[in-house]
Amino acid sequence: MSLAWAQAFALVFDPYNIFVMLVASLFGLFVGAVPGLTATMATALLVPVTFFMAPIPSIAAIVTATAMAIFAGDIPGCLMRMPGTPASAAYTDEAYAMTRKGLADTALGAGLVFSALGGLFGTAVLMLSAPALADFALRFSSFEYFWLVLLGLTCAVFITSDRPLKGFVSLLLGLLVASVGLGNPAAFPRFTFGNIELLGGIGMIPMMIGMFAISEILRFAVDTNPQLMIVDKPIGNVFKGMWELTKKYPLQILRGNAVGTLIGALPGAGADIAAWVTYAISKRFSKEPEKFGTGHVEGIVESGSANNSALAGAWIPALVFGIPGDSITAIVIGVLYMKNMNPGPTLFTNNPQNIYAVYLLFIIANLIMIPFGWWCIKVSKQILKVPRTVLMPVIMLFCVVGSFAINNTPFDVTVMLVAGVAAFFLEANGFPVAPAILGVVLGGMLEENLVTSMIKSDGRLLAFFERPIAASLGAMTLAVWFLPLLLRRLRQLAGIGRAA
Amino acid sequence: MKINDAVWGALFLLLGVAILVHVQSFPAMSGQKVGPALFPGVIAVGLSVCALLLIARGIAAHRQDREQAPWLAAGPWMRSPRHVLAFLVTIGVNVFYILIVDRLGFIPTGVIYLALLFAVFGVRLRNNLVLALIVTLVIHYAFYKLLKVPLPWGVLQSWAW
Repeated sequence: MSLAWAQAFALVFDPYNIFVMLVASLFGLFVGAVPGLTATMATALLVPVTFFMAPIPSIAAIVTATAMAIFAGDIPGCLMRMPGTPASAAYTDEAYAMTRKGLADTALGAGLVFSALGGLFGTAVLMLSAPALADFALRFSSFEYFWLVLLGLTCAVFITSDRPLKGFVSLLLGLLVASVGLGNPAAFPRFTFGNIELLGGIGMIPMMIGMFAISEILRFAVDTNPQLMIVDKPIGNVFKGMWELTKKYPLQILRGNAVGTLIGALPGAGADIAAWVTYAISKRFSKEPEKFGTGHVEGIVESGSANNSALAGAWIPALVFGIPGDSITAIVIGVLYMKNMNPGPTLFTNNPQNIYAVYLLFIIANLIMIPFGWWCIKVSKQILKVPRTVLMPVIMLFCVVGSFAINNTPFDVTVMLVAGVAAFFLEANGFPVAPAILGVVLGGMLEENLVTSMIKSDGRLLAFFERPIAASLGAMTLAVWFLPLLLRRLRQLAGIGRAA
Repeated sequence: MKINDAVWGALFLLLGVAILVHVQSFPAMSGQKVGPALFPGVIAVGLSVCALLLIARGIAAHRQDREQAPWLAAGPWMRSPRHVLAFLVTIGVNVFYILIVDRLGFIPTGVIYLALLFAVFGVRLRNNLVLALIVTLVIHYAFYKLLKVPLPWGVLQSWAW
């Protein structure tokens, strides 16, 4: 145990690793602060580079960059009413209203301090819950895993969209993409149409670069109403008054952290949904809800900490079960497989030093966020001056080279382009992309556990409910599927009853 | 661009049925009841069911309000030639890259790629080519020299550094 911790410290405080974290911080802050570039995009862009690194530095790069990006997204939201990443969108109007009242420093300070606090809280939950869950998961067989994956995918559909039908379509498309190639229990080449490149399946990384970066650049290209990016507000001492806020809103901070971590841990829902939900909770339970929307800091305190705690929460199911908690960890799982750090309970027993190193990375990333974030706020005027007309083409060429670099094949550039165009059109028509990503990541695992279970039970479907944990997971999954329908039906019946 | 749910439904139904037909040709695993056709087969059935629901919903919406739910509606950008051009060029440069990079080499392809994009996004002409060349060289250095990615030299092969 203590030996593993010592190894973890050595891994994390290696000079090369520290250097990677510093560079990743700057990259994350920049990506987060520029509207139109998201934390998920930052992760996708990092993958081709991390491909050439050792496991811990590559995870360090992703952890640091995403934590910084989620905070930095608050900056343009506060100063120009344009959220830097979707995770800041929930409270952008509030923060901008504060800026107009001359309270920009308080809004940014609250974003920064409580982001770091939220990140540390999420990390604490990750450290406490993940090993216990892993212990429990060691007893899982293919039946339990089958239901767990299915439950995760179901959650993703119901949480990420108000239109579950379109979410389902998106999920099924993702699962179909996952079934291309030889990677199935029978090792039979499916949907390859004689193409040798397709035998290995559709590359997950080029696909994600396409879905998260290329689609964003296409949206930029067709944006008929781009906003001018001018900051003319002076910013004072952002740390002033933070201690008073902590004393004034302890319950809100705790609630934001807890709800944020929980939403992060639910498959498919990440920082952006955590922020929307906690902002709504904050308003609902506030003593002064009438002040919300007029430049009131309470909601920013709560949801600003929630989006960063969600980031850490998402790693819980990702590390323990290999089920991503959000789209960032969906990419992370791909990276873990590339580094031979296959997620799952055995990761905790066989290589605990790697897991401890991940905890340390999270703690460091959230601590250095405070000085780095402070500096980023100072130079935000300069960052926002970088013209996006130059930035977007540069990012796209970087995506092309990055996609190529994974396998050194131009075929992956085609995959990136097709995925990007498809994601652009699907999103424009209300199909959420998060379920598709989860489908692609988890398709192989779902099929493997389904087929293994079917072979073990000789095709008896009842066997899926015979082990106690499998039965409860199965019942939960079916409940999520059918309860909404049942409730609607009951409500209709009740409504008809009343009308009559 | 808004496409009516019914149109999407029809497309997905076509896909679902095509997959269902195609998986019938997959072989069984010897001695097992399940094979490689099971998983995509189940997905195809699910997709077809969702597609039928989408069709029903799309038609209902269209009947209720033709204005709100037309079969096909162009987004605001499609009426602006500048944005249509930007959209096409954004996709076009990637197709160009995929087709030509092995023959032309990364550096010339990258410069053309960026210069075209800068032009449609409205970067001032004076800076365009210089900027495109600098960025291409930086990306080439980072990936070719530092990360050892074999980016093709193409026509510059004899000057490779």
